[in-house]
Amino acid sequence: MKDHLFAAGHTACSGCGQVMAARLVIDASGKNTVVVNNTGCLEVLSTKYPESAWEIPWLHSLFENAAAVASGVESGLKYLGKKEGTNIIAQGGDGSTADIGLQALSGMLERGHDILYVCYDNEAYMNTGVQRSGLTPFDTNTTTSPTGALAVGNLRPKKPMPEIAAAHGIPYVATASVGFPQDIQKKVKKAFSVKGPKYIQIHVPCPLGWRYEPQLSINIGKLAVECGLYPLIEYENGKLSGVKQIQPKPVEEYLKAQGRFKHLLSKPEEIKKIQEIADSNIQKYGLKLPAATG
Amino acid sequence: MKEFLEGSHAVAEVVKLCKPGVVSAYPITPQTHIVEDLAQMVSDGTLKAEFVNVESEHSAASVVLGGEAAGVRSYTATSSQGLLYMAEVVFNIAGLRLPVVMTCANRAISAPINIWNDHQDSVSLRDTGWVQLFAENIQEAADFHLLAYRLGEDKSMMLPVMVCMDGFILTHGIETVDIPTQEQVDKFLPPYKALYKLDVENPISIGPLVDPEYYLETRYALQKTLEEALVLIPKLTAEFSKVFGRTYNGLVEGYRLEDAERAIVAMGSVCGTVKDVVDELRKKGKKVGLLKITSYRPFPIAAIYDALKNVPKVAVLDRAVSLGSFAPLASEVRAVFTGKKKAPKVISSFVVGLGGRDITKHSIKEIYSLLTAKELHGEYIDLKPELLTPEFKG
Ligand SMILES: Cc1ncc(C[n+]2csc(CCOP(=O)(O)OP(=O)(O)O)c2C)c(N)n1
Ligand SMILES: [Mg+2]
Repeated sequence: MKDHLFAAGHTACSGCGQVMAARLVIDASGKNTVVVNNTGCLEVLSTKYPESAWEIPWLHSLFENAAAVASGVESGLKYLGKKEGTNIIAQGGDGSTADIGLQALSGMLERGHDILYVCYDNEAYMNTGVQRSGLTPFDTNTTTSPTGALAVGNLRPKKPMPEIAAAHGIPYVATASVGFPQDIQKKVKKAFSVKGPKYIQIHVPCPLGWRYEPQLSINIGKLAVECGLYPLIEYENGKLSGVKQIQPKPVEEYLKAQGRFKHLLSKPEEIKKIQEIADSNIQKYGLKLPAATG
Repeated sequence: MKEFLEGSHAVAEVVKLCKPGVVSAYPITPQTHIVEDLAQMVSDGTLKAEFVNVESEHSAASVVLGGEAAGVRSYTATSSQGLLYMAEVVFNIAGLRLPVVMTCANRAISAPINIWNDHQDSVSLRDTGWVQLFAENIQEAADFHLLAYRLGEDKSMMLPVMVCMDGFILTHGIETVDIPTQEQVDKFLPPYKALYKLDVENPISIGPLVDPEYYLETRYALQKTLEEALVLIPKLTAEFSKVFGRTYNGLVEGYRLEDAERAIVAMGSVCGTVKDVVDELRKKGKKVGLLKITSYRPFPIAAIYDALKNVPKVAVLDRAVSLGSFAPLASEVRAVFTGKKKAPKVISSFVVGLGGRDITKHSIKEIYSLLTAKELHGEYIDLKPELLTPEFKG
């Protein structure tokens, strides 16, 4: 079945947000695409030898070097005169992007390669068993930021990756969410309408790591956006150029749906801190829809 | 054409003649002159290539990996810490069977930081699946790059090749070098045609997850291919000699070994010094010789056996150590003779020239004189006792 460029028959968990996003991304990019993938859930679940879910040329080298390998692929195709008409995607999870692969990514952005980097943000190192990464939210209970007598959960808020990418002055940066599938495809197409490096970070709920029922992935993705914890924003040439406005919901609605935040429900002071993070996002990006006039 | 050239410049000239389409590197002494030259050639338009200035060696190796995966001949160079920083990618390139060529300007490893020559960097990465060729002089260093691309890209190989040249001694030394013409190079080295590549017309997945059902065979195949390289290398050097008029064995080179009673085994530029000492001692009627190992990987077991089986006393020089065990080259040379009827009676092992300590003719003469019936293990030559703390003075 070749309806999709990311075929069925992979080994993802049911409800995996990352495979939904990956399929949307690759379908929006089209068949003239080359993908370079970091190590992580997506690579493992899609290419267990001798099978592969990818209907486009696909390369996996290591955990942290997709941005650099893709830079080489792009240079090679340029040398061959085959770059025109070919989309190049480098992609990986939040850990491979924001932590161990940040240097390679920064190099790729700074050098100006015509590559779209996609970060599938499930907010922890899922492939190795839900360890915290630089994109794990504040207070999250993970296997390496466990709740205990002395700790609530993850000590730090998310690293501002979209801002870090945008600070390179690249033509296009966006965040997206599996909760808004058409928006993902719109942004991928927009990214490929401009030359140069671009970065899209997609919020991809993970039923296993976040501890919720698989059928809830889309709803949970939506809730994160609607409460202001995962703002959908765009930067063009380093400047904020687009935001998805919301009628903000309380963060508690989002938190209570997931086991990774269950320990917070008895701690109103912690929920307050998280509400402050959302409020600060709402303020900073102007997320709030103007009140309806009657 | 014969020119008086710095080693790095000679290597850059020959790499240019190989027409790589992707070049990527990160600066580290003593590799820098090679890649600076290549950058200038790209800037001048005399080399048509994408020169990718990366933020680290990890990315330099990753970029050439990507270039090769796109089907393009690619080149990188590094030294010492840079090679170690690449290590993960170095293994990966071999596992993916991408025929990258890299120059390693051999340099010691930190700590303590030291920019001078020894072989610890390449030797530490001997198990990566790369071919490693050690050059004795600048001409060899330059020529081995031609051989490297031809060998690595052979359809039966698909192996990456590291050309190892002693830092400073060969990279910054100046010698008369014969730089071939483009015509000669084109005759020896056809344009690169990848067996597999990233191609939207024919999509394949490269680098999948391979479970215990399949992994072992991938390593077996690499091992067998490296063993086959031992057969192919001499064939290619024979062809090389027809085109360029210079003859190499490519695996080992015996120097005045025929009736030798004592022989030194060594790699790299020190072989030049050993040859001088051999000539001097021969004049005095001493039956001494040298076995130079060019191909450290694959390790030419049969050729070493043939060359040394009738030599009673052998000294192996290591310019690297395997801390806590036998010196690396010595333990492998010994392994060649395990269980063999014909074998040297003595195989002594000497550690020399670490961190750029000069290996003089005097050092070599001392080694020959220490090559007696008493087998020595990891004997350090030119050690300065006055620099050692009391507990090590023995
Ligand atoms: C150099 C290196 N360090 C660590 C690992 C182990 N490792 C493989 S996948 C992974 C987690 C991936 O996390 P992320 O990038 O967030 O992707 P996810 O699996 O969550 O989609 C880790 C830690 C590795 N393969 N290589
Ligand atoms: Mg993750």
